[in-house]
Amino acid sequence: MRSIVKAKRGHAGWLLILPLVLILVPFFIVPIIGVIAASFVQSDGFGGIIPSFTLDNYKSVLTSQLTLQLYWATLKFAVFAWFFSLLIGFWIAYFLVFHVRNQLLALGLFLLCTVPFWTSNIIRMISWIPLLGKEGLINSALGAAGVIDQPLDILLFSSLAVVIAYVHQLTIFMIVPIFNSMARIDKRTIEAARDAGASRFDIVRLIVLPLCKTGIALGSIFVVSIVMGDFFVVKVMSGGGSASVVGAFYEDIGVLQYPTAAASATILTVIVSLLVVAILRTVDIRKELTQ
Amino acid sequence: MGRIKDKFRRTSAGTSAANQHQPSRRQVLKGTLALAGATAGSGVIGAPTIWAQDIKDIELRHVGVSYSVVKAIGDQAAKDLGFKVTMQNLDTSAAINRFITQPNSVDIADLEGWQAKLAAKRGVIQGISVKKVKEFDNFLPIFTKGELDGQKIPRQGISPYEAMYIEKADSTDLHEGVTEWATFLPQVYNADSIGYRPDLVDHPVTEWKDLLDPKYKGKAAILDVPAIGIMDAALCFESAGLIKYGNKGNMTKEEIDFTINKLIELKKSGHFRATWTTFDQSVQLMAAGEVIIQSMWSPAVAAVRVKQIPCVYAPVNKKGDKEGYRGWCNGLGLMKHLTGKKLDAAYEYINWYYTGWQGAFVSRYGYYSPVPSTAKKEMTPTEWAFWYEGKPAPEEIKDPYGVSMEKAGTVRDGGSFLDRVKNISCWNTLMDEAAFMNKRWNDFKVA
Repeated sequence: MRSIVKAKRGHAGWLLILPLVLILVPFFIVPIIGVIAASFVQSDGFGGIIPSFTLDNYKSVLTSQLTLQLYWATLKFAVFAWFFSLLIGFWIAYFLVFHVRNQLLALGLFLLCTVPFWTSNIIRMISWIPLLGKEGLINSALGAAGVIDQPLDILLFSSLAVVIAYVHQLTIFMIVPIFNSMARIDKRTIEAARDAGASRFDIVRLIVLPLCKTGIALGSIFVVSIVMGDFFVVKVMSGGGSASVVGAFYEDIGVLQYPTAAASATILTVIVSLLVVAILRTVDIRKELTQ
Repeated sequence: MGRIKDKFRRTSAGTSAANQHQPSRRQVLKGTLALAGATAGSGVIGAPTIWAQDIKDIELRHVGVSYSVVKAIGDQAAKDLGFKVTMQNLDTSAAINRFITQPNSVDIADLEGWQAKLAAKRGVIQGISVKKVKEFDNFLPIFTKGELDGQKIPRQGISPYEAMYIEKADSTDLHEGVTEWATFLPQVYNADSIGYRPDLVDHPVTEWKDLLDPKYKGKAAILDVPAIGIMDAALCFESAGLIKYGNKGNMTKEEIDFTINKLIELKKSGHFRATWTTFDQSVQLMAAGEVIIQSMWSPAVAAVRVKQIPCVYAPVNKKGDKEGYRGWCNGLGLMKHLTGKKLDAAYEYINWYYTGWQGAFVSRYGYYSPVPSTAKKEMTPTEWAFWYEGKPAPEEIKDPYGVSMEKAGTVRDGGSFLDRVKNISCWNTLMDEAAFMNKRWNDFKVA
């Protein structure tokens, strides 16, 4: 009897993961195997491949100075975007959870944070241009106030503009998981700490921060992997003045160099996976999620 | 990625069997068709010769870049021809990737010369029988002899003439000179140069080197499509006398290195305010006052002017070996999977392009038709005088959608058709060293 139940349970388990498998296998596993396979063959220069095994694509990508520069540029953006979205996201979540007493209001404000995300990424990014441009709002205002006599070039088509656009786009990915983690903190812990004489800063440092490590880790994974895999924001906001890892192999695809592009994509996948693993090492997500 | 077999391709036996069924039905409805053709009153030369009942279910998917594959043109073709035409836009690199990796998802490929060369090489297109193209004899000699007005068309880069012909319907290598089979048939082309703000640049620009003038530091921009951006840069450096290229359209590694290193130098000195990839970006850069001189396309200059901001399209006529426009040409290619009635419909579509309506339409935003003789019939004398003859506009000039563009008396920048096209010095291309060039272009981007 028992074994039958067990067997049934086994089937039920398979059945439960079936939808996910049906999506992941054809739309993720198969394509990525295709990309990996393509990275080990040669290009004939006309968009075709010569099906003989070679490591040349990896050799050329890994030994190129360009690869280092590209990763340096992209990682720099990732770090800045991560830092500022964490800073802003953390305090917004903190405010919503600990300062807004009315839970309904807190939830309302939380939903309000998501309103800008009802419109497309591209619109949100492009709408910075009239604000930051040479004849944009900020430069006009500063000029009219007599603070500057030459428009500030650095506001738009610069690394600053790229970081602004990223932070604007990605902060929500920090707010949501951190809010979620914070909401689970037992308010009595905070009260107890306060009763015991802890300062507000101590409470944040010793209680809130450690208890929302998972939220921070999840948010960081979102932000870092999105920035590492992006090329469009960099392209538009830097005015083409900066490159990115993905942007570079997109150009390879433009001239039909599929194997090199595939090798670059594979390397990027490995590096982003390593970053995610490194982030996950700081917290035990499984434990947190099953609590 | 490799050559994809067309599993849907019908055997020729199957096709001819299907055709044998037609005559009886065709005869019955012949009268009706003639009537329908007459009432449609489209004025199309050569009304649809395919049977109306069959063609109404046909859909042609015409895929390519937005400045060449235009919805209004597809809609008019569908109206005149009686079958469905769907226009799909992709950027240049997405388009060539789609033609090569998913050839069956496209019926009419909108190809540039270099793309036609690639597509033929990959075997994704079929030769177009020029005998079936009614207006082929009226094509300008640019496309049939490689010359215009008795002057040879330059062969730096890949000229349309060079990429147009193959020996047999299924040849993969190009053939020099007219044959019975074409890889693609040109539908729209133009000459690109520099756009600038005449109110902020103190002299009329006629040379590419002005784009590099330190006076315009932080106010200049260049095109960021590597394959053609590097040619614009090359035109600048050649104009400034820094280098003499063997072939700007097919540089050696040394020439690429020189060009990119120079670009990096300029970038580090803060010369470029930005680089642009799309038509709209170039318009925005100029209209928002970010740049005052940049490589630009003719309709983009017009789009800036429509915003009441002065903008001039620099006439960079050839001076000895220097200067000249960078030419480009887009045309229609037939994908290999087309057979039977769908192929017939595709030929109808091709023939429709040269009846004048489309030629007149693209001319109204500054591009040219390969058969100006038919386009002329669809244009007003004012339009013809302004766009092709380079004469002062006798009256106001409107764009294809009826928006006012130029006041009466305006002369087109660069002058007449002959003045502009005869001054093309190189053509859009894909270099033999494209992979290397691309890598170096990325060096420029990340510097």
